[in-house]
Amino acid sequence: MIRATHELHDRRKSRNVGLGLTLVGFVAIVFALTVVKVTRGDPMQAFDHVVRPEMEIVQ
Amino acid sequence: MSDASISAPREYEPTFGDYVALLKPRVMSLVVFTALVGLLVAPGGLHAVEMLAAILFIALGAGASGALNMWYDADIDAVMRRTAKRPVPSGRVEPGEALAIGLGLSGISVVMLALATNLVAAGLLAFTIFFYAVVYSMWLKRSTPQNIVIGGAAGAFPPVIGWAAVTGDVSMASVLMFGLIFMWTPPHFWALALFTKSDYGDAGVPMLTVTHGRDSTRRHILAYTVLLAPVGIGLALTSVGGPITLAAAVVLNALFLKGAFSIWRRDDLAAEADNYAAEKKFFKLSLYYLFLHFSALLADAALGGLL
Repeated sequence: MIRATHELHDRRKSRNVGLGLTLVGFVAIVFALTVVKVTRGDPMQAFDHVVRPEMEIVQ
Repeated sequence: MSDASISAPREYEPTFGDYVALLKPRVMSLVVFTALVGLLVAPGGLHAVEMLAAILFIALGAGASGALNMWYDADIDAVMRRTAKRPVPSGRVEPGEALAIGLGLSGISVVMLALATNLVAAGLLAFTIFFYAVVYSMWLKRSTPQNIVIGGAAGAFPPVIGWAAVTGDVSMASVLMFGLIFMWTPPHFWALALFTKSDYGDAGVPMLTVTHGRDSTRRHILAYTVLLAPVGIGLALTSVGGPITLAAAVVLNALFLKGAFSIWRRDDLAAEADNYAAEKKFFKLSLYYLFLHFSALLADAALGGLL
């Protein structure tokens, strides 16, 4: 007979849930950072979001 | 997941908490606090999200260096009672996993800090991880009784990184914040070493109390405390200081010097008679010392914002 749950499964579950939440948190922080940097309108390029004043368009 | 992984499980399946323990969460709390102070007292400012990301990735970098330290020091940790229950020596996490997590998180934290803030902060974080994992753990910890001094440098970097995350540079104020933690670490740990029974000797780690004797350790505590005082006062006189920091620096350093002096004045015979009361009191004071010093910087920054 196969037991439905085992202590091993609980430990794996803790790992999977922990990793899942970590990844969701990581995605959230990257998204929030992107929103902040883009909406601020700093002169930057998409690949690294580092401010480059030399890109400023002089009128 | 394949059936093979179910039919042939390893002896112990680590939980998520076992991996978190690799990152030394208690050390991380000090890193978060000092880095946050560095961030908040620096001139200029970051968006709240950038600030949160900066603190998170500085803490993650510190955790990564902790995992690398646990991977490399598993042999020492297994011998000592205080550390024998850590994930790697107790067998809950494989050494290879600790190494992979340490290297992986190092890369992620440095790259993310660069993206969230700037390259100077990221470079400083990378250097801190290298310094703690390679210079301290792999090289000097096992070869010199000044290991505490060198390890202290790694712990002193977070406020400098926090400062650089805002300003993109290193200044006199951030160097003095580094100096404060750097000079504070040896008396803090050596006081602890005087009244706790350690098994560093069994593990082959040279500690000052063993290699140079306990009287020499008492002299070292006094010497570092004397050198610490001008750093604390100097920090209060920089642009980040103010009346609260200056008052805190004067009072805290006077108390710290008094404690170090009473430790220096007596020997082990006298210390055993009162169950190391002076050493324990000094150690407790050392915890308040750092916390209050950095809190005073925050208070002055808040006061400056109000005025």
